[in-house]
Amino acid sequence: MIYADNAATTRMSEAAINTMVKVMNENFGNPSSLYVVGQKAKEILENARSEVAKVINADTREIIFTSGGSEADNQAIRTAAALGAKNGKKHIISTAFEHHAVLHTLKRLEEEGFEVTLLDVHENGLVVPEELEAAIREDTCLVTVMFANNEIGTIQPIRKIGEICRKHGVLFHTDAVQAIGHVPVDVEADNIDMLSASAHKFHGPKGVGFLYVKKGIRITNLIEGGAQERGRRAGTENVPGIASMAVALKEAYDNLDQNAEYVKTRRDRLISGLKKIPHSAINGDETNRLPGNVNFCFEGIEGESLLLLLDDKGIQASSGSACTSGSLDPSHVLLAIGRVHDVAHGSLRLSIDESITDSDVDEIIAKVAEVVEYLRGFSPIWRDLTEGKKQFIL
Amino acid sequence: MALYSEKVMDHFRNPRNVGVIEDANGIGEVGNAKCGDIMKMYLKIEDEIIKDVKFETFGCGSAIASSSMATELIKGQPLSEAMKLTNKAVAEALDGLPDYKMHCSVLAEEAIKSAIDDYNSRK
Repeated sequence: MIYADNAATTRMSEAAINTMVKVMNENFGNPSSLYVVGQKAKEILENARSEVAKVINADTREIIFTSGGSEADNQAIRTAAALGAKNGKKHIISTAFEHHAVLHTLKRLEEEGFEVTLLDVHENGLVVPEELEAAIREDTCLVTVMFANNEIGTIQPIRKIGEICRKHGVLFHTDAVQAIGHVPVDVEADNIDMLSASAHKFHGPKGVGFLYVKKGIRITNLIEGGAQERGRRAGTENVPGIASMAVALKEAYDNLDQNAEYVKTRRDRLISGLKKIPHSAINGDETNRLPGNVNFCFEGIEGESLLLLLDDKGIQASSGSACTSGSLDPSHVLLAIGRVHDVAHGSLRLSIDESITDSDVDEIIAKVAEVVEYLRGFSPIWRDLTEGKKQFIL
Repeated sequence: MALYSEKVMDHFRNPRNVGVIEDANGIGEVGNAKCGDIMKMYLKIEDEIIKDVKFETFGCGSAIASSSMATELIKGQPLSEAMKLTNKAVAEALDGLPDYKMHCSVLAEEAIKSAIDDYNSRK
């Protein structure tokens, strides 16, 4: 089996699993309890917090543990919206290819009277900072732009975007779910006010993540009911999960450079191999992307059947076709970078990690080529394209 | 739990009657690339009986399986019987489809009816 869907979720690291089990076995206490068992759990929680804070160059008081990236995105946006509304500022800037945790929250805010501007991400999947600056208005209360895209992996000019937001006194949130653990993140240097992260994207457990909120920003609660997380997120903390996340995060950053270098080399090998498949194209900027992300469109075929057949051959990947989303529209990300429907249905995302070998890469290339050729063999679209009844797009 | 029934996976992995009939006397194509599904059915009809049927499909696993099953259900049948094919019968023969994939069985029914219409219009 070659698991190539690390953008969906990752396998937990051994250290992360061991930490989780150890905490469950040895420290079952409630961190809010005053006796020793509880205070031991509290200590584990706070150690994890300082570990997480250190990695992204934040202060421990700036980290709120959440159930994951979606909750963190919701809380960050609600926080900025509440502050904006108080000052009569009800305009938010984002991009057309954000994660739905961001887009759906923005949709809700529109219903509540906010105005949202979605920036173009162009063919290469990148925001142009000058266009962002031009979109900022007197009443803009938030800019939310993802650090790296979850489907096509393009890495945004975050530091520059943050700088522009600072200059105009606008809050800047970034959904860094795909970036954390894979590229350097420094909330100070990158001018970030709020940042969302999720543990299961960097070999940590599911159901746990964190939100960074810069000192001085008054946070809106999504969950009321207790004094946990200094009153900003009620509910008994997921201590084993949080401890495990901190270990996974530290591991990821201790090995960041060598992992990124290794994965990037395999990514580029994969890209050059897949490019040889006729009438195919890479989605998003070829180099300015996450070390492990490869995303292609193959003309004349549909993505779900491609990935099911790859699964039969022991390769796990994902697709942005309509059939994998349960709607008639293919991925909003691919549409945002200008891929037409016909082609967007034939997309394949391969997201690799440091466990991949060169021979795995070669096997993926060979099997993708084989399956694409097989499916084209009985595709009426492919027939029309090859018989000249339709024009090739790719 | 798997996404699809064993039957769907079997017809998806080993589709029956795939390909083209060069001297087909009824051809139907339905669906569109925008929605991600296109089915093309080729019929060879003799004495009002479907002697042969083949298909080409661009689409997801259930679209390919639905096409394959539909061809099996009508092959060798008199036209009058083939006209009665419903999407429900296709889905049932596949041991069911997920709700949001039922449109694939609808396309299979429509593709066959469109091919029969084509045959009738050539008469």
